[in-house]
Amino acid sequence: MRLGCTSVRLNTVVATTQAPIRPDSTRLALAMLLARTAVWISQRVLRRSGGVIGGRVIVKLVPGAGEMLAAGRRVALVSGTNGKSTSTAMLAAAWATEGPLSTNSDGANTPAGLVWTLANARTTAVVLEVDEAWVPWAIRTFGPEVVVLLNLARDQLHRNPEVGRLARAWRDALSAVPTVVANADDPWVAWAAQTAQHQIWVGAGQIWDEDSLICPECGELLDRTDGWSCTCGHSRPACDWTISDGVIVPPSGSSLSYITLPGPGNLGNAAQAVAAATLMGADPEAAAAALAGVTAVAGRYATVRVGDHDVMLVLAKNPASWRASLELLATRRNALVLAFNADGADGRDPSWLYDVDFSELRGLQVTLCGNRATDLAVRLEMDGVEVTGQYGDVRGALHALPPGPVDLLATYTAFQDARRELGRAA
Amino acid sequence: MQPDPVNIVVVYPKLLGLYGDRGNAAALRHRAAARGIEATVLEVAPGDPIPEQADIYLVGGAEDGSMAAAAKLLERQPGFVRAVGAGAPCLAVCAGFQLLSREYVGMDGPRPGLGLLDVTCSRLTGPRAVGEVVTRSEIDGSRLLGFENHQGDAVLGPAARPLGIVEVGRGNGHEGHEGAQQGSVIATYLHGPVLVRNPALADLLLTRAVGRELEPYLDSRVERLRRERLSAAGSLRTRLLRRA
Ligand SMILES: [Zn+2]
Repeated sequence: MRLGCTSVRLNTVVATTQAPIRPDSTRLALAMLLARTAVWISQRVLRRSGGVIGGRVIVKLVPGAGEMLAAGRRVALVSGTNGKSTSTAMLAAAWATEGPLSTNSDGANTPAGLVWTLANARTTAVVLEVDEAWVPWAIRTFGPEVVVLLNLARDQLHRNPEVGRLARAWRDALSAVPTVVANADDPWVAWAAQTAQHQIWVGAGQIWDEDSLICPECGELLDRTDGWSCTCGHSRPACDWTISDGVIVPPSGSSLSYITLPGPGNLGNAAQAVAAATLMGADPEAAAAALAGVTAVAGRYATVRVGDHDVMLVLAKNPASWRASLELLATRRNALVLAFNADGADGRDPSWLYDVDFSELRGLQVTLCGNRATDLAVRLEMDGVEVTGQYGDVRGALHALPPGPVDLLATYTAFQDARRELGRAA
Repeated sequence: MQPDPVNIVVVYPKLLGLYGDRGNAAALRHRAAARGIEATVLEVAPGDPIPEQADIYLVGGAEDGSMAAAAKLLERQPGFVRAVGAGAPCLAVCAGFQLLSREYVGMDGPRPGLGLLDVTCSRLTGPRAVGEVVTRSEIDGSRLLGFENHQGDAVLGPAARPLGIVEVGRGNGHEGHEGAQQGSVIATYLHGPVLVRNPALADLLLTRAVGRELEPYLDSRVERLRRERLSAAGSLRTRLLRRA
């Protein structure tokens, strides 16, 4: 029985923790104590979330803490420019059909947050969302059994100015990984995934092709008429898993329905999550069924009642996800609040607004907020979209709209602001 | 009488469009429309011929791989070099700036550029230049605002003049210069996109394209954007001065 298998692994971990106490594990225990104190202060006194601070304390005091904490565990990593939080939640739900697991559902996806998640994990199975730039580090540190690779596109260009450089770093690091579950439709991802020992290819689709028009292998222009291929012979791999119209098709061929979260991007995410969970031992049908429970990941797509408004919260961080989200929202025809910031995680240069076509929003009632709402107002003016008003915060932008359903689309930090604000208001 | 439309050609936006470079075409079209002038925008797909009869050419930014692919394609487009050499207005941004220079650093070391600018680009010393920029325009003395994100520098030869003098930011990395102007070419490292944040520069290109003065047009949203960016860069400058 599958569950029996899991409990055997759990016993292995218990045996590890009962091994003779090494000096470095004493040190780790001490570091944990200090870290917990730091988190307590951060949460109670400074009213912050604290996990990242705890991780920082541990990493500072015990340099090899990540490796030690990952030893004896079954680790799965999830990364990519778009959809990694959702896909991580999906994989966690799908794999949890096999037994308990831990995951960084707080979205803290850089070393400190990852180490903190492991430090508090009481399970063998761990699913970690990893920031794209930290994938090589996470592979070296945690020795994952599987890495799920979704897509690579422009995002936070002030920090990661070259998609190709990220892909190269992934490719170098992935040679140490037993299996990747990789999106075959993304040329950079497919190229990076080649070095892993085994590949499970998923035809998860690609919403944004403008960062992958040239061949990662030889630099020539790719032929993108049907999938992608190059004269050098590098081309889209044949897929083990595919998607079509609300359905995930596993290698066995029997379709698994997926309708929970909207949009083709989420269907692709679901396919990759189910493929990875299946690899880890889950039953595909059970894994797919478990995805129905993944509805609002860290508040995304959640609907909250605020005064006279039912507000659906949508997060979109970069041009690829704004394009996909606007496509979805334009068909709903609800009044819109667009919340736009240009702080760290949003990308400090909002030029990418011009990679997004807003003309579908013409005729909708639109209000704006966020610290860079003026950049967005100018953008909308150029696409002929009327703006009802520009406000200092989300509540102001909401109040200006008639009662009823409202969709709120926000950049990363604007989304956090909106959740805090509406959390108080709701 | 209906004036002739202004034909704007965007060179390979799918390769040279990393920083919302299409926005420069949008800004031109918007400001032309405000004067009752129609503007057409043609986005040239990689591999397609670049028309030689355009009124304005736009060449945008890219990462190294896409820039190399674009460079290879441009070598086979002598019509583009002829048109700009003969005086067609051209805006070149970031990788575009480098591609139009005499020489730049590609993925495998120095490479000859198209030579439309008497400029040599190599690597900027120190960290990558990333952040808000304010320069004083060498064309009309106005403030040019933008966001830079590059590892390249630019040394101007005698035939080229700077586009602006840096007040905040790094620019070309030499002599306080930012960008270059020579003949009908305006080149810069500034994003934002640059013609959105700097309507005077957009109007200069349009004026050259239509061959007559344009009536003034003040876009209140853009003016608000300029005030915001100028004050953000101003506080940045104060911080830098305090640190120095
Ligand atoms: Zn190739």
